[in-house]
Amino acid sequence: MLAKRIIPCLDVKDGTTVKGVNFTNLKDAGDPVALGKRYCDEGADELVFLDITASYEKRKTFANMVMRVAENINIPFTVGGGISSVEDVERLLEAGADKVSINSAALKNPNLIDEIARNFGNQVCVLAIDAHCFDNEWICYINGGRIATHRKLFEWAREGQERGAGEILFTSMDHDGVKNGYACEALHELSESLAIPIIASGGCGAKEHFLKAFKYGNADAALAASVFHFNEIKIRDLKEYLKDNDVNVRL
Amino acid sequence: MGIVIIKYNAGNVFSVKCALHRIGVDAVITDDKEIIMNADKVIFPGVGEASTAMAYLRQHRMDEMIKSLTQPVLGICIGMQLLCKHSQEGNTDCLGIFDTMVMRFDNSNSPLNKIPHMGWNTIEVMPNELVDASFDNKFVYFVHSYYAPVNKFTVAKSSYINEFSSILKKDNFYATQFHPEKSGTIGEQILKNFIGL
Repeated sequence: MLAKRIIPCLDVKDGTTVKGVNFTNLKDAGDPVALGKRYCDEGADELVFLDITASYEKRKTFANMVMRVAENINIPFTVGGGISSVEDVERLLEAGADKVSINSAALKNPNLIDEIARNFGNQVCVLAIDAHCFDNEWICYINGGRIATHRKLFEWAREGQERGAGEILFTSMDHDGVKNGYACEALHELSESLAIPIIASGGCGAKEHFLKAFKYGNADAALAASVFHFNEIKIRDLKEYLKDNDVNVRL
Repeated sequence: MGIVIIKYNAGNVFSVKCALHRIGVDAVITDDKEIIMNADKVIFPGVGEASTAMAYLRQHRMDEMIKSLTQPVLGICIGMQLLCKHSQEGNTDCLGIFDTMVMRFDNSNSPLNKIPHMGWNTIEVMPNELVDASFDNKFVYFVHSYYAPVNKFTVAKSSYINEFSSILKKDNFYATQFHPEKSGTIGEQILKNFIGL
């Protein structure tokens, strides 16, 4: 039986892992490659490395770090941040990344999804969506949550799927960093309405939040950062807890 | 001469090279037929689409060369599917080492089973020199939308929507639907076993 995936996310700035509270007030949490390897050894199922300021400062994710990750880590990993062309994707895949996540660039140029899917396969393309809920309407944001767009979460996710995205990585900006749990209702609606895997992101503060994302949100995977970086939750303990609660995980 | 990874247009060869390096094996990535044919072991990896990959292999006359190999060969993911007879993906005639079709998962009766089948799933092993009984029920990493049904060459099977072949074996040809290079220490052990054949 296919296992639910636990994915530590390493937000990277200037070669260092950081995690923001509501995307600001960054706190240091270590060297990305060493931290990634530790998570891998502790039982993480995948890793995500996001160059969180890349889009804002128009920087490209460094292929060097990606290559070091590929050399040292024996599980799949996704790289994101500042990817805006097929050439960017090609360079990162050649450096050893398994998937790339695109966010702002896809909202600005939706054809990028089609191009990535056509050139490298659907499974390579993770469509990351940052959304904020206003009056029961989820609005998509770009540039690391700085600028609102006119696009709505569910229609954009569906369009992403139709264009060839292999997964949706949905971050609720309302929940991110607050540690009160994932946006399970929105997750549930995404999962019910789409045929591709959904990764829950934003808001995890306790083991119960993972359980709810899987059981009520129907998420296929759950991503978290600070609870792992600051050792508040150990991946193995989390997986044992999930298994005890009838969630199939890799132990 | 050593371990060779076949270079063609269905990528992620670097990940395989890295995984081999972690188990202490230096592999050469090449599309040079002479080097491939003289290798001790050949790895035929892949992430991609069947019809474009087969077209590339035919155009570069690598199809007949791969079929003629007599040393141990390990196909991975699309590499495994290309070693089969025919794939529904792009309605593609493949290399035909394994006399089986490759079909698309059909989740119309179970829409919550997403396609691609992506993530960690267990293998049920019929013990052999690549995976002995200790690998039974271990998790490995899959990413695929097409599968080879269980057939007479199946030496490990997995279940997602339906049962499918996760490892095939015929003579000197071995093939895994999953990615051993991304399957943690279990995957590294499978690569070690292949190198040790």
